This record gives sequence, C-alpha cells and structure tokens, in this order.
Amino acid sequence: MHRTGALYGQFKTLEQQKDTATLGMWIFLVTEVMFFGGIMLAYTINRHTYFHAFAMGSNTLSLGLGGFNTVVLLASSFTMAMAVWSSQTSRKRLITLFLSLTILLGFVFFGVKYVEYAQKFHHHLVPGKNFDIFYCVNNPTKCEDIDAADMAKEKEELEVAAKADPDLNAHAQLYYSAYFGMTGLHALHMVIGAGLLFWLLKESVAGKFNAEWNNPVDIVGLYWHFVDIVWIYLFPLLYLIDRHK
Amino acid sequence: MREQTTGPAPQLPEKHYLNATYGIRSWLLTTDHKRIALLYLASVTFFFFVGGFFAMMIRLHLLTPSGLLLTPDQYNRMFTMHGVAMVFFFLIPSIPAVMGNFLIPLMIGAKDLAFPKINLLSWYVYVVGGMFTLWAMINGGLDTGWTFYTPLSTVYSNSAVAPAVVGVFITGFSSILTGLNFLVTVHTMRAPGMTWFRLPLFVWAHYATSIVMILGTPVIAITLGLAAMERVFGLGFFNPAMGGDPILFQHLFWFYSHPAVYIMILPAMGVISELIPTFARKRLFGYHFVAAASLAIAVIGFLVWTHHMFLTGQSTYAAVAFSFLTFIVAIPSAIKTFNWTATLFGGSISFDTPMLYAFGFLGLFLVGGLTGLFLGALGVDINIHDTYFVVAHFHYIMVGGAVMGYLGGLHFWWPKITGRMYPEWLARIAAFTLFIGFNFTFFPQFILGIMGMPRRYHTYPPEFQIYNVMSTAGASILAIGYLLPMVYLTWAAFYGKVAGDNPWPATGLEWKTQSPPLTENFDVTPVVTWEAYDFHNRPDLGLDVPAGKGSPVVAPAHGDD
Repeated sequence: MHRTGALYGQFKTLEQQKDTATLGMWIFLVTEVMFFGGIMLAYTINRHTYFHAFAMGSNTLSLGLGGFNTVVLLASSFTMAMAVWSSQTSRKRLITLFLSLTILLGFVFFGVKYVEYAQKFHHHLVPGKNFDIFYCVNNPTKCEDIDAADMAKEKEELEVAAKADPDLNAHAQLYYSAYFGMTGLHALHMVIGAGLLFWLLKESVAGKFNAEWNNPVDIVGLYWHFVDIVWIYLFPLLYLIDRHK
Repeated sequence: MREQTTGPAPQLPEKHYLNATYGIRSWLLTTDHKRIALLYLASVTFFFFVGGFFAMMIRLHLLTPSGLLLTPDQYNRMFTMHGVAMVFFFLIPSIPAVMGNFLIPLMIGAKDLAFPKINLLSWYVYVVGGMFTLWAMINGGLDTGWTFYTPLSTVYSNSAVAPAVVGVFITGFSSILTGLNFLVTVHTMRAPGMTWFRLPLFVWAHYATSIVMILGTPVIAITLGLAAMERVFGLGFFNPAMGGDPILFQHLFWFYSHPAVYIMILPAMGVISELIPTFARKRLFGYHFVAAASLAIAVIGFLVWTHHMFLTGQSTYAAVAFSFLTFIVAIPSAIKTFNWTATLFGGSISFDTPMLYAFGFLGLFLVGGLTGLFLGALGVDINIHDTYFVVAHFHYIMVGGAVMGYLGGLHFWWPKITGRMYPEWLARIAAFTLFIGFNFTFFPQFILGIMGMPRRYHTYPPEFQIYNVMSTAGASILAIGYLLPMVYLTWAAFYGKVAGDNPWPATGLEWKTQSPPLTENFDVTPVVTWEAYDFHNRPDLGLDVPAGKGSPVVAPAHGDD
C-alpha cells in the first residue's frame, strides 16, 4: 500500500496528504504538551512547597554535564533542521549526513545522561528505601568523584537547608522523583525519536526523499524539535533552581 | 421503516466491505475503518459483559442488609472492577470507536479516516491495555475504587493495582489516537460541498469529543503513570510520607475524568441529534446552536473538575467558582435538550426502535442532568456526596444517557453496518424492557441516597432493604434488556430481512451509498449540495412532501406494523 512519493488510498492529492500528516503531528504535539504539563504541575507545586529541598537537590546536579547536554541537543536540532532543508532541496547525500549527525548527537546525550544517572545511584540519591541526601557528606570515601571544595560547599548548604526544612531527606525525594520522572520521560521520547531517525536514515540511504516527497523528514523533524524544547524547559527547572549564590 | 410497496424486495449488494476479503488476517490486519469499528464492537461488548457481571454480583450481594454472598474485600473488588471495566473499557470507547469509526468517513464523504493504520494501531493498543487490566482482575483483583485514589492505590492496597493502572494507561493512548484521527479527518477529508455547517451533528459531537480526548487523556496518562511509578519504583509525588500531595492526584485525576464524562455523553448526544430529525422528518431545530453547544460542553467541561472534591478541604472561594461553572456547563446541555424537543413539534413522528431509545435518552438524561445540579450546589452536596444519590445520578447519565444513545445508534445504523434489518417488534420490547429495568434499578437509589446510604458500603441498615431489593430486581430486568439486543442483533446480522440502502429514510451521506458499503465507501466521491437534515429538498428520499412552506413531511407507511 505504501509507495514512496505516491498517494495513500484515502487521499485525493499529495497536498492534501501532506497537510493531513502535518496537522496530525501538530495535534499529537498538543497531546504531548498536556502530557508533560501534568508532571510539570506536580513539580511546580512541590517546588513551591519544599523550596529548600528542591534547591538542595538541584545543587547536587552537575551544571557542566547538564549544560553540555543542552548544547548537544540544540546542535542536534540544528542538524535536524538541516536534514529537513536538504530533503526539501533534494540534496540526497546531505540528508543522510545530517540525519547521521542528529543520531550521533542523540547518542552523545544518552551517554552523558547515563553518567549522570549512574552518579545519582552511587550517591544514594534515588527515591526509595536507600535514599539519603546526607550520604556523600557522611561517607566522603564512597563519593570520591566529588572534589573536596565541592564537598565542603555541599556540606555547608546541607546544614542550612536541614535547618530550614527538618524533614529535608523526605522532601528531597520529591525533587528526585521530579528529576527522574521528567528526565526519564524526556529520555524515553528521545529513544523513540532515535528509532524514527534510524528509519529515516534507512529510507534516505535508499534515496527516497526529494523535493516532492519529504513529508516523513518534515514530521519527524517537528517531533525532534519538540523533544528538544522540552529539554530547554527541563534544564533550568531542574539544574538552575538556586545557582545565583 | 419504509414499506416496500413497489418494485422487487431489496437485495444485498454483490460486493461490500464484509465480503471484499476473507480470512482472519483480512480482519486483524485491516485498515478499513468499518472493519476496525466491528473489531471495536466485539471488544467493547466483551468488556460490557465483564463489567455487567461485576454489577450483578454487587446487586445480588446487596439483597440483604448484611450482604448475601461476598466478603467485604471481595465486595470492594467487585465495585472497583465494575467501574474500571465500564468506564475505561466500555463507555469511553463505545460510541466513538464503534460508531464514530464506522460513520465519520461515510458521513463526510471520505474513503477512510485520515490515518487508517493509526486507527488499527489504536485498536491493538486498546486490546493490550485491556489484557493488562483483565490480568489484574483475574490475578488479585483491584480494590481501590475506579478512581485509584492515592495513597490507598500506591501504598496500602493489597490488590493488583500496578497492572490495572498500566492497562488503563495504555488504553488511554488508543483514545488519544482515535481523537487525533477524528480531528484531522474532519479538518482535511470532507467531500466537496461538505462545509462545516453541513456536517451532521453526529460529526460535530465527535469533533468536540475528540478535543476532550486529546487535551484530557494525556493528563490522566501522566497521572496514572506517576501513580504506577510510585507504586513500583517508590517515586513520591502523591505520597504524604515524603511530603507528596494526595489531593494533587485527585486534581489531576478529575482534570481528565470529569471531561471524560463528556467523552461518554457527547457522542450519545450526537446519535440523538441524528435520530430525532430522521424519525420526526424535520430539520433539527437550531442546528448551529446544537453544534456550538457541543463545543461549549467540551470547553466548559474542562473547568468544573473540583466539584468532585468539594469536601477535600479546598478553599471556599475555589469551591464557589467551580460550583458556579458547574451550573454553567448545564446550559449547553439544556440548549440541546430544548432543541431536540422543539424538533419534535410539528414533525411526522414514527416510533421505530431507534426513536424509542431517543425518547428514553431524553427523559433519563433530563433526570440525570438535573440531579447533577443538586450535586453541584455546595450546600446540598455536603449532604449527599458519596451517597447512592451520586451513584444514581451518574448512572442516569452514563447508562440512561450514553448507553441508550449507544443502543439507539446501533439499531439505527445496524442496517447500514450489516445490510440487514433487526426484528422490529422484538427490538421494541427490548427497548421497553431496558427503560423499565433501568428506572427500577436506579430510581430507588436516589431515595437511598437522600436517606443517607453511602456508596461503596457492603452492608446497610435494614430499613434500606426494600429499596435495595427493588434495585436488584430492576437490575435483573435490565440484564434481560441487554441480552436481548445482543442476541437478536447478532441473529439479524446473518438472517435479518435485507434492508436496502436507506430504509428509514434518513438524510445523511452514509445513506447515499449501498448497505453494507463498499470498502472504499463510495463509487465516486460524492458532491454535497444540500443542508443537513433537509427533508424538503431531497426528492431522492422518496418522501411525500405536501406543497406549502413549512408543511410537515409525511411519514412513510410502516411495512411491518
């Protein structure tokens, strides 16, 4: 039934088909906004109620890794936009190149995210029975990846925060629930996006996209940009809560 | 049904969507919206009877004050699983996924929905979600109430909450995909001449429903997703032990689940808007108002959710605002009810089975809607919240409204779906049985609620027994009323009298093609030159239209009564 560059049976013209597919993706993105909206609401309410715990949690994240990943994702959005442009102007080899670059940048993001997650597991910062926001401060030998200056700073901040919020350890778990929930859902969307990109890559290697038929590239591009925008929100919400001091 | 006086009896067309291809693969891999509608019909019917079984257990148990056959734990599971099966797996997909799927492309003159493969995917998603929840029902059951309130569901419940919640989560995506498909289809797939204000009101109702589906369902998805992660991985959003907020869960839950009520009732309103003009042979009174009322319900429906939470300690000012908005959302429903009634005035009414269901809907929806205002009033709600009054109210809307509309629509379009007529007299008896059984079951529950019987209790004081016995007796009548159509509609699909293309006759585009339709729906793309429900300027219907402006169209003679 599917023939590249040709019309699906239910449509009358290619233009109608393109409009339909694009509208469908935009509406899907609306549902995604509502989907992330729910968890962002939960985040906002908890951050408002337990500001100290959220600020403390946020400060344990690595600004360097998070900032690097933000740059990586922005770059991947650029390469994705270039892939769309290449397909609209029938530059077949460039499509393949830019799609490959986008996938590569996506995997760089995953790699950094893995490092960050692993750190949180080692530092006992995953919500649940073993959660302990004071773990590293109390067991400095187990957290040798944190250098002495940072450790001293963390200890100082923790003392202040624990004074302001006596139940800091419980409330900090809410921060990490938001952190893992939001970045986890975002990463899941990236995985789906990467799958779609691999499919596009296969099609583009087969030379299927050109100025007349580039709908899939366009639509996956929309999705990829959306996932990127979600991260643009997540980065300040999770990493930059209380960095101005 | 129109009498066949001249010409030969109608014959089934040689080629149609049911005999275009054969074999199990041709069904399970179909992208034809009509076949997918039938797949949905089979699966929602299955869940309807699963939910119905639980309902019968509840009613049997409540025959005596101390309870007849279940332990308290089992009773909790019965009412929970009844709610989950009926709400998420029957009511929400029922009319949209079965009739909307079948009819929207036919009504707007398209060959299929905009995304046929996504349409099939939505059915598989529904089935997978259904499997998860069924598995939960069989292995440990579910006892949280269909509302999954935290922290009962996330921390304390000893039942299979996780798989049930995951099942509902998954099924939500089938609803999102269906809504997305409908919205895009109505925007981009209409036939030439099919302008927005020539769309049948069934399509308008589904357009409004789709808006609710795509804006609301993702929110329940993330909410149940978080609840599931909380139960399984120990995240803490809704867990007071970590400072999380159980009320937040309720807000997010009702932000979807109140609009979900409109996902259930709006499509039924769409069906009624088709039935009443057809059997009154009159253009629907105030077409534009009914169309706009559908959209108004969809929009305002998003602004009333905390009326489920008046007693959770929310701020009085918020409660007043939401109470006010709850009264406002009744207005578009009232507009529709008045317009349906006004359509009857001066019409040539005939009492075919679908019209009996339409009348049943009007009366029951009226009672259900008005008692909703009692519950939306802050002072009254303090007294009757979480009593049987609430149970009766929403069953009048869900069963009296949505299921009546569903069955009315099934009868009305059965000749289009199968090409064959159901047995008229048996169907009328079933419609009456349902109406009587329904009122017997649920009217006593209003009285029980006013007397103070709380919902979800497995025992009650002896003075409530008479009403509970009435309710249980009514439920058994109701059960017969549901079994009858299932039996004779199935029979009619194979052995019923051949119906012809337009047996009623009705004005919609779906009646301009053969019954059952071709796989491509129409031989050539139709061009629409008439307004919706315009009986006067449709000589092709073969109705007797006396001269003179505004004169009633003469109802066709009945062939079988």
